[in-house]
Amino acid sequence: MAYQPPPLIHRKRLLTWGLTAAVLIVMPLIFKQSFALSMMSQMGIAIIFALSYNMLLGQTGMLSFGHAVYFGLGAFFSVHALNAVGAGNFHWPVTLLPLIGGVAGLFFGVIFGYVTTKHSGTPFAMISLGIAEMVAACSLMFPTFFGGEGGISTDRVVGNAVMGITFGPSIQVYYLIAGWCFVCMVAMYALTQTPLGRMANAVRDNAERARFVGYNPTHVRYMMLMLSSFFAGIAGALAAINYELVTAENVGVVASGNVLLMSFIGGIGHFFGPIIGAMLVTFIQSALSNYTLAWLLYFGLFFLVMILFAPGGIASLITLHKPAWEVAQVRKLVPSYIVAGLAGAVLLVGVISLIEMIYQVETKAEQSGTEMSLFGIGFDAATVMPWVVSVCILFVGALLLWMASRYVRSSWTQVAAVINARRSA
Amino acid sequence: MEFFLVTLLNSLSYGLLLFMLSSGLTLIFSMMGVLNFAHASFYMLGAYFAFQTSQAIGFWPALVVAPIAVAALGAITERYGLRTVHKYGHVAELLFTFGLAYIIEEIVHLIWGRAPVEYKIPAVLDFSAFSIFSTQYPAYRVFMMLVSVGMLIALYFALTRTRIGLIIQASLTHPDMVESLGHNVPRVFMTVFAGGAALAGLAGVIGGNAFVTEPGMAASVGTIVFVVVVFGGMGSLAGAFVASLVIGAVQTFSVGFDYSLLNLFALLGIETSADSAWYDLWKVTISQAGPVLPYILMVLMLIFRPKGLMGTREG
Amino acid sequence: MIGQYIRGSAIAAALFAVGMGAASANTVKIAYLEGLSGPFANVGEVGLRHLQFAADRINAKGGVLGQKIEVIPFDTKTSPQEAQLVFKQLVDQGIRYMMQGNGSAVAIALSEALGKHNSREPEKTVLYMNYGAVDPSLTNDKCNFYHFRFDADVDMKMQALTTYMAQQKDITKVYLINQDYAFGQSVAKAGRAMLTKKRPDIQIVGDDLHPLGKIKDFAPYVAKIKASGADAVISGNWGNDIALLIKAAKDAGLKAKFYTYYAGGLGTPPVIGEAGVGNLKQVTVFHSNIGGSGAAAEVEAYRKRFPDSKDDFYWTTIMTAVDMLTRAMEQTKSTDPTKVALAMENMKATQVTGEAYMRPENHQLVQPIFVSTFSKANGKDVKFDVERTGFGFQTDARIEAKDTVLPTTCKFQRPKG
Repeated sequence: MAYQPPPLIHRKRLLTWGLTAAVLIVMPLIFKQSFALSMMSQMGIAIIFALSYNMLLGQTGMLSFGHAVYFGLGAFFSVHALNAVGAGNFHWPVTLLPLIGGVAGLFFGVIFGYVTTKHSGTPFAMISLGIAEMVAACSLMFPTFFGGEGGISTDRVVGNAVMGITFGPSIQVYYLIAGWCFVCMVAMYALTQTPLGRMANAVRDNAERARFVGYNPTHVRYMMLMLSSFFAGIAGALAAINYELVTAENVGVVASGNVLLMSFIGGIGHFFGPIIGAMLVTFIQSALSNYTLAWLLYFGLFFLVMILFAPGGIASLITLHKPAWEVAQVRKLVPSYIVAGLAGAVLLVGVISLIEMIYQVETKAEQSGTEMSLFGIGFDAATVMPWVVSVCILFVGALLLWMASRYVRSSWTQVAAVINARRSA
Repeated sequence: MEFFLVTLLNSLSYGLLLFMLSSGLTLIFSMMGVLNFAHASFYMLGAYFAFQTSQAIGFWPALVVAPIAVAALGAITERYGLRTVHKYGHVAELLFTFGLAYIIEEIVHLIWGRAPVEYKIPAVLDFSAFSIFSTQYPAYRVFMMLVSVGMLIALYFALTRTRIGLIIQASLTHPDMVESLGHNVPRVFMTVFAGGAALAGLAGVIGGNAFVTEPGMAASVGTIVFVVVVFGGMGSLAGAFVASLVIGAVQTFSVGFDYSLLNLFALLGIETSADSAWYDLWKVTISQAGPVLPYILMVLMLIFRPKGLMGTREG
Repeated sequence: MIGQYIRGSAIAAALFAVGMGAASANTVKIAYLEGLSGPFANVGEVGLRHLQFAADRINAKGGVLGQKIEVIPFDTKTSPQEAQLVFKQLVDQGIRYMMQGNGSAVAIALSEALGKHNSREPEKTVLYMNYGAVDPSLTNDKCNFYHFRFDADVDMKMQALTTYMAQQKDITKVYLINQDYAFGQSVAKAGRAMLTKKRPDIQIVGDDLHPLGKIKDFAPYVAKIKASGADAVISGNWGNDIALLIKAAKDAGLKAKFYTYYAGGLGTPPVIGEAGVGNLKQVTVFHSNIGGSGAAAEVEAYRKRFPDSKDDFYWTTIMTAVDMLTRAMEQTKSTDPTKVALAMENMKATQVTGEAYMRPENHQLVQPIFVSTFSKANGKDVKFDVERTGFGFQTDARIEAKDTVLPTTCKFQRPKG
C-alpha cells in the first residue's frame, strides 16, 4: 500500500492552530509593559530557532553543536541588507527581510551541510562543533563584515510607512515576529507530515533500513539540514530586526549550546516540545536573573534534574498523560500530584535558601552585609540557625518527596490497570 | 635556529600536557561512546584541589592527593550520574556531562571566586634549567615533561601488563565481546572514568600553576582536547598521543609564520590594496589563524578519514 | 495545548514584572548595568562597590536636592543584546540615570539603544554615564548627547603612552602584540601610527594579533619577540592574556619592557606576581600610588569600607561621574536628564588626580593620565599594593590633561534646555 500522508487540515488541527494564532494576537493586549513585550518577541524568535534545531536533532537524529552558525549568519546578512535599504542602495520591504536571512542561512546550509551530512552520529557532532568554532573565531577576526566587538547595528525604521507601520514601536515588531513565528510553525509542522519528514524519522531510527527502502540517508540528512538552516536564518533575521544589533555572540558556541538546551528541556521527541523549551528557557534567562545572582546555578541544576528524571523533556511528561486522559482517569492522579508538588516545594525551599545564603555570604556580604530575607523572613546568614533550619527543611523535603513518589507510583498503577482493562475490552 | 629549538621544546611540553588530558578522554570516549564535556572540568578541579592542598600541606603531597580526589569525583559521576542516564542513550549522556561542566564552573565560582587564584610554582622548581643560546628554559617545564612521560610509561604498563588493563584494551575495540565473556563492564567503565578523571586532574595539578588557575580554564582547553581525541581516532591511545604532539606543534609553530595570502598574491604578481574585495580575509597571517588551525585539521580529517588518524572504527 | 502553555508562562512573566516595579519613591535612582553573573561578575561587583561607595558619601551629606541616591543593579550578563533588554526594563521602572563601563560592545549597544529611545520618547530621556568602556567611537562617530564618558579612551591613553615612550631614548625596537578583536586591533593601529610619528627612528619589529582568550601557552610568542630583538612591547591585552604573556616572558628571560593598558586589571597582578616587577608598565587615569593626600585617603577609606574584598579603589571615574551628576542637579535644581546633561557639559571637577573637565564637543572627560611601573610595595612611593599582593604601581610620568586632547569627529544634536 502506498504511503498516505495524513490530511493536513482537519478539525482538531485547525482548532489547535486557530487557538495558537489567537493567543499570539491577544498576548500583547494583556501584557503591555515593554519588558514583557520584548520578552515575548524573544520567545517568538527562540521558538523558530528551537524548532529548526529540532528538525535536526529530534526528527533526523543529528546532534549539532553549531546550529547558531546559520542563525547568526542569517542575522548578519539581513542586518547588512537592512542597512543597505536604509542607505537607499537596495529596495526590500522590512516585512520580508526574514526571507533574506533565510536564504543566507540556506546558502551556508548548502555549503557546510554538503560537508557535514556525509556523516552521522559523533563525527557529525564534532564537525559541526569544529565549524562553529571556526566561524566564531572568524567573527572576531573580520571586523568589516562582523563589526568586531560592537557588532553591526541598524535602524529598523526605514522607507515609508505602509499603512502606518514603521516597525519603530516594539508592538509592531512583536506582531511581525508573531506572524513569522506562526507561518514557520505551520511550515515546519507540515514538513513533518511530508514523505521527507517521514524519511527523516526513518533515517534517525535506522539509517540502514532507510537505505534499503531506496532512500539515500545522506541525501535525507542534507535536505533536512538545508531546510533547517533556512528556518534558523529566518529566526536570525527576526533577531536582527528586534534588537537592531547583531554581534559575534550570535554565531558563538554558547548560542549553539543554548538552542540545544532549549530543545532538550522542552522535549525533542515531540513537535511542540521545543516550543515549550524555547519559552521556558527564555523566561528563565531573562526573568530569573532579575531575582537572583545564582540563576546560572539554578538553571544548571534544573537541566541536570531534567536529564536524570525526565530525559524526554517537558513534552514527554505531558504526553505521558494522554492515555489516562482518554479514559478519563487523570483526576485519580491529581491528589498524588498535589502531595508530590507540596513535598517538592518544601525541598525546593531548602535548596533555594541554602544556595541563596551561600551566595549572600560569598559574594554579596561586602556591599549589603549578611542580613538577608527570603520568602519574607529576614535573618542573618552569618549565624548558625538559618543554616540548620535550611538543612532540616532540605532533608524533610527529600523525605517527603520520596514518600510522595511512592504515592504517585501507586496511583499510576491503578490508572494503568484501568487503561489496560479498557484496551483489552 | 634559536627560535626553532625553543619552539620545538615548547611544542613538546604543550603536546605532552595535551596528551595527559586527552588520554583519559580517549579511553572514556572509546569505551563508553560518551564525549565527556566535563573532562576539562576535572582538569580544572585538579588545579584547584592542588592549589588548596598545596596551601595546607605543600605541592608534593598535592601532586598525589589532588588527582585521587578528582578520581573519586569521577567515580561518583559515573556511578550515580552517567549510569542512570545510560539507558536514555548517548545524547542524554553527553548532555549530562554538558550540564555537569556548567555546574562545576558555577561551584568553582562560588568556592574560589571568579578571579584567578595564586597557585604558584614551588620554589624548588622555580629556576631556569638551561639556556638555548640566550633563551632560558624554565625547570618547571622540564618537570612537566618528566611527569607526562612518567605517566605515559605508567599508563603503558598498566594497560599491557595488568589484568584490568587487558580488559580495558579489549573493551576499547570490542566492548560487546568483553561483556559477553562475563566481565563486569559497568565496573570497568567506572574504573576507566575515574582513571581518566585522575589523569585530567594530574594535568591540572601541573598545568594549573604553569599557566593560570581560574574558572575559565576548563572552557579554554575543553574543545581543543576534543579535537585531539577526534583527530587521533577512536579507540587508539597511540593516535591520541600522535595527535597531541601534532596539535601542540601546529599551535606553537604557526605563531612563527607571518605569511598571509597577500604574500602569495604578491608572489603571483597580483596587486592588492586595502580596498580590494575580501581584503580582511587575505591579510590574515598564519600566526593569526594558528589557534583555529586545529579545528580546520579536525574538520578535514573527519571529512576524509572519519576514523581519525589511527582509529579502529567510526563513531 | 500549545496556547495553554504560552499563556501560563506569560502570566507568570507578568506577575514577576509587576513585582519588579516596586522600587522606593523619592530617591534619585541610578541603574548600574553590568555582568553580575557568569565569568565577569567579579569585575561587575567591583564597579558596584565603587558606585555604592560614592552614593554613600553623597547620602551621608543628606543626598541631592533632599533626595537619597539609590543604586539599582541590573545584570547584563556582559552581553550586548541582554543589555538592551535590561535597558527596556529600567525604562519601564522609570529610572532616568544609568551607569556602565565594562566592555565596549555592551557600551555601544547601550548607546545606540539610548539614542533611539531618547529620540522616540523625548519625555522619558535617560542619561548614560560610562565609567570605563574605552572604544574611541563612543565619543566620535557614534557619539550621543546623553552619553558621558569619564575614562580616557584607547587613543587618548595611547597618546599619553607614546608621549612617554618617545622620551625614553633607550627604546629602539618595538613589538606590538594584541588580542584579535576591535579593541586589540585599534591599540595596534594607534600605537603604530602615533609612535612612528613621534619617533621616526623607532623600528616596529613585530605586530601580532592572537585570538582573544584562547592562548594557553604564550611561550611561542615570547620566542618570537625574543627573536625580533625588541626592547619594548606594547600590548592592550587584558585578563589572562596579559598575565600569561608576562609569565612566559619571565620564564624565557626576555628583558624587554611591557607597555600595557590592563596590567593592573582585577585578578591580573596576583597571577603575574614577581614576574612583572620592574619591566611591566601600565597607562591609566588612576592608580593607588599617584601621590597626594587625597588619593591616599580615598584608597584607605575604600579599604576600610570593604575590608574583606581584595580589590582596591580604582575607579576615580565613578567618583567623578557621581560628583558631576549631583552638582549638576543642585545647580539646575532639577533631576531632569536633559537639564542635567546640559549642566554637565563643560563642567569642571577636582579629582584626586588633578583638575578635569567635561569636553562639550563629545562629552569626554579630559583628565591627567599616568604611566606607572609594577614594583614591590615599599611603604614610601609605592605605599599601597594591589589586591594585597605586596606589589603595587610606581608613577613614571604624569601626562597633563591638555596634552591628551585629540580631535573628535563627533557631531550631536543638542536639545534645547
